Amino acid sequence: MRFAVLVYETEQDFVDREKTMPAYQAYSQALVAAGVASGGAALHPSHTATTIRLQNGQRQVQDGPFIDTKEQLGGFFLIDVPDLDAAMDWASRCPAASLCGVEVRPLLTMDK
Amino acid sequence: MEAHRAAEQIARNSYGLLVAYLSARTRDVAAAEDALGDAFLTALKIWPEKGIPKNPEAWLLTAARHRWIDLARRHQVQEKVFDHLKLDSLQFSPEFEPDGDVFPDDRLKLLFVCAHPAIDASMHTPLMLQTVLGLNAAQVASAFLVTPSTMGQRLVRAKSKIRDAGISFELPAIHQMGDRLNAVLEAIYAAYTVGWDSIAGGDSRTKGLTEEATWLARMTVGLLPDQPEAKGLLALLLFVNPAARPGETRRDALCRFQNRTRACGRNPCSGKPRTGLSRPRWAAQSIRCWGDFNWKPPFSPSMRRVNCKTRLTGNH
Repeated sequence: MRFAVLVYETEQDFVDREKTMPAYQAYSQALVAAGVASGGAALHPSHTATTIRLQNGQRQVQDGPFIDTKEQLGGFFLIDVPDLDAAMDWASRCPAASLCGVEVRPLLTMDK
Repeated sequence: MEAHRAAEQIARNSYGLLVAYLSARTRDVAAAEDALGDAFLTALKIWPEKGIPKNPEAWLLTAARHRWIDLARRHQVQEKVFDHLKLDSLQFSPEFEPDGDVFPDDRLKLLFVCAHPAIDASMHTPLMLQTVLGLNAAQVASAFLVTPSTMGQRLVRAKSKIRDAGISFELPAIHQMGDRLNAVLEAIYAAYTVGWDSIAGGDSRTKGLTEEATWLARMTVGLLPDQPEAKGLLALLLFVNPAARPGETRRDALCRFQNRTRACGRNPCSGKPRTGLSRPRWAAQSIRCWGDFNWKPPFSPSMRRVNCKTRLTGNH
C-alpha cells in the first residue's frame, strides 16, 4: 500500500533548510535502504507559489499558496509499506515530525 | 418464536465475532455490518420454517457473503471488493463446517482497530460499542450526550477512515502492545463510567453500559490471558460493580479498590511487594507489571483524564 508523507514546514524551517538538509538526506537514504521509497520531492518556499483557478473560463491567477497558513507544504515522500502503522513509524522518523509536523495519507489506487 | 430467540441469542454472542471476521478480511466495517444485518433478517424469515441450522454462525456468514456480493453488484462497487471475495477469504473453510465448533475469533483485532491511534480518541468507545456489541447509533449517542445523527456521522467517518487509511487488522507488535492495549482498556473503562453516571438519576436510556463494558473487559481478558492490565481492568470493574452496592459513589468504590490493592499487595511508596501478605487474586498472576488498572485506578494521570472528561462532558 502506498502512502504520501507530507512534510509541513514553518517559515523558519524553510530558512533553516541548509541545517536540516543532512537529516533529510539520511532519512531518504534510510527509506531507500529499507526498500520502501517510491518517490518524493522537496518544494521551494510558499512565496514562490502561484495559485490558479478557472472562473467562467477566465484564468484567475493568485500570487501565493492556495491557503496562506503559518505552516506550508514543504515537500513529500512517497512510501510503499504494508499498512498505516508502518507508514506512521516511517513518518515519525521524518525530520519534520520533530520540527513542525508530517501528515500521512494513503494514495488512491488507480484501476488499470 | 424459538427461531427469533435463537437469532437474538446469536446476535448477542456472535455479533462481534461475525463483524470482526468479515471486516478483518475486507477492512470494511460498515459493509460488514450492513451485510450481517441483512443476514439476520433473512435468518428470522427462514429459520422458523426450516429449523435452526446446526452451526448458525456459519449459516449467517454465508448469508452475509451472498448479501455482500448482491450489494456489491447493485452498487457497482469497485472490483477490489470482488477480488477480496474471490480470495476465498469468505468461503467456507473446514474450520467452520457445520460440524466444527471452532470459529476464528478476530474480535481482538477489531478492538485494536477501534482504538487505533489514527482514530480520534473520543470515537474509540463508540466504535467498540457499535462494532463489537452491535449497539445502534442512537443508543451510543444517548450515552455520549450527542444527537443520534451526529453520532451516526462520526461513526460513518471513523469507519471509512478504517477502510481507506490502511489501518491494519493485525495485532500490534510487541513494542507497541503496551500503549495500544492501554487505549483499548481506556475505551472500555470509559464505557463503564458512562454507564455508571447514568445510574444516579441520569438519562434512563443509557443504563446498562456497565454490563456491556464488563462484557468487553471479560472478553479482552479471555483473548489476552497473559496481559495483567486487562485483568486489572476486569478486576476493577467487577469490584466496583454498582449493582453490588447501590448508593455508593464511583469515587468511593475506586478508593475501596485501591485500598484493597494497597493493603493486599504493594508498598505504596516503593512499589515493591510486601511480604507475608496475600495479593489480590487477579493481580497475583501478574505482579510483575503494574499499570493504571492494577495499581492506581482513580489517581493516575490517564485515569484522572478519563474521569474528569466523563464528568464534564459525558464524553471519553
